[in-house]
Amino acid sequence: MDFLIFKAPMLMVQASLDGILLGILFALIAYGMALQWGVMNIINIAQGDLVILGGYIAYTIYLWGIHPAWGVIISPIIMFFVGWGLYKLVINKVVDRDLFISILATFGIAIVFQQLMNFIFGADVVVAQSEYGTTMLFDNSVTLPNSKIFSAFISVLYAVALVIYMRKSKLGRAIRATAQNARAAKILGVDTEKVYAATFGINAALCGIAGALISITLTLHPYVGLPYTVRSFMIVIVAGLGNLPAVAVSGMGLGLFEEFADYILGTEFRIGAVFLLLVLILVYRRFKLSRKREYLK
Amino acid sequence: MEKVKQKDLILYSGLIILGLAAPYLFSAFKVQLTYLCVLIVLAMTWNLQGGEMGYNTFGNILFYGLGMYLTASVQVGMFFPLAEWTESGGEKTFVHTTAQYFQGIGVGLLVAAIIPTIIAGAIGYAILGLRGHYFAICTLGLGIAAGEIAGGIEIIGAGQGFTTPPFPAEIVDAEARGKFFYFLSFALLIGTFIFVKYIYGSRFRLILNAIRDNEDKAEAMGIQTMKYKIVGWMCSAFFCGLAGGIMGGLIGYIDSTDVAFDGREMGVFMVLMAILGGKGTLWGPVIGATLFHFFKEGLWTLILGWQYVALGVLIVVIVVYFPEGLMGWLREKYPERFGEVIDEKDRKAQVELK
Repeated sequence: MDFLIFKAPMLMVQASLDGILLGILFALIAYGMALQWGVMNIINIAQGDLVILGGYIAYTIYLWGIHPAWGVIISPIIMFFVGWGLYKLVINKVVDRDLFISILATFGIAIVFQQLMNFIFGADVVVAQSEYGTTMLFDNSVTLPNSKIFSAFISVLYAVALVIYMRKSKLGRAIRATAQNARAAKILGVDTEKVYAATFGINAALCGIAGALISITLTLHPYVGLPYTVRSFMIVIVAGLGNLPAVAVSGMGLGLFEEFADYILGTEFRIGAVFLLLVLILVYRRFKLSRKREYLK
Repeated sequence: MEKVKQKDLILYSGLIILGLAAPYLFSAFKVQLTYLCVLIVLAMTWNLQGGEMGYNTFGNILFYGLGMYLTASVQVGMFFPLAEWTESGGEKTFVHTTAQYFQGIGVGLLVAAIIPTIIAGAIGYAILGLRGHYFAICTLGLGIAAGEIAGGIEIIGAGQGFTTPPFPAEIVDAEARGKFFYFLSFALLIGTFIFVKYIYGSRFRLILNAIRDNEDKAEAMGIQTMKYKIVGWMCSAFFCGLAGGIMGGLIGYIDSTDVAFDGREMGVFMVLMAILGGKGTLWGPVIGATLFHFFKEGLWTLILGWQYVALGVLIVVIVVYFPEGLMGWLREKYPERFGEVIDEKDRKAQVELK
């Protein structure tokens, strides 16, 4: 622990920019999680593994000689059908049940996904080269890979497109109606089963986009899915369901926290810090709520 | 009534005799039998939270891993400098004598039982205030955070792992090591079973069940739920710590995320075994763990490489289609065996309702 970051102010700028760009990516994954949590009342532990799978799809087309940036279009299309299939196979049986059942069931799915990815893509750490180069700022003291800027831009683009789609389209309205009251929506003629499947598919597609972006900005490995799940879970509980600006802000906050934790505590404690932050946030929330309960008494 | 007790007596003495004779009857499977004992202990203690109290924890692995590290650290640290041991890979430079080994593991297990219990008590107030899925995710994070942090601490071997002291070479009997750990774990199993059975007959269990069924109502009835939740968790931590200590000695090598805080295997196994057998019953976790262990050991080698896929599918199938477990299924089928009286009219009315 040498606190280099406090001696060199430029490192702070570096960490902040990295953190914010990374945080936008996290916010995209968290948006998907908030969507399925709000609509279907499901906590998907396999969220991170869907992200990694999306990343491997982009990596595969990179191996075929296509530029990996096309992954942000191809990967969500494939992932939508993966999500749809997953819903039809397993998720539809746990929708109306206890949340713990969905946690455990998706935990099982996560293990299957991890292992299948390990078989298909191997256990090596891989990255798809985008060859976008880097931008130098402040007299070359801050380096910013262009791929990170690209990924943040694409994330914002997709998020905005999705928000507009949810507001305007028929399916979007049906999804929002189901989230508000599934039973009433059903009575009014919404095919909730289809809405659920579509929601899960859209969530998987969002994961696919995020994964494709991760494949060019960060690294891929079959077993690193769980931290992404936990990050998105954290963002959702801080921001609340269905509050997109808050999701974006807390995503960036998480990104900043991680980059600074990386510099201050050291890279080996990075994932540990993320999980510890999760515990702290939940405990903080618990004390806040219990004060509220006492107040009500 | 007298007859039932006699039946119980025969059953228990039979099982104890079987347990004592097992390492001689199946002497090639001593390590597997030790695993089985530890798995049953983990499943039974998980059941105290997940089954009886309705708090589905993924965090009991925290105490298991802590117990493992503590036992090994104490066993080494009592006689040799710990930092040098872990740096040099241990056993080459320092050798425990027979007396030192057993003293060390004895004190180590004591520490491994006490410190996790204290930690459970200390964090209990903060963590057990969470409800439902927040609790589940929080404890999941706790277990993984512990693994990641332990993997960064130099003095306990960091990423390269910690070699526990080897069994003293002066004991020439090749079977001794296996027998020692088997009987240790078997004693732990008996202790755990007696303790859990005692809880099942006590008021404590009724309070835990009240918390599970409706915590707010239980609180309104004047039960200090938080106190009982913490005590329940401390009981689990005590036995999980001991189980971890024994496992560390048996495996001989501690890795932070793959052996000690092994959320991917042990952490899931204990949940799965309890659910498979039927949570909220005394015998469910025992039967679940035994079945699971036989299934695992029998099939693991047949489907080499695919075992984790099979495990994942197994989790999904059990959780989705079989959430009541074996005991729950038996209870549904033969309710009179469980001492339940069925009102025939009521049953018919319910069938009609369906």
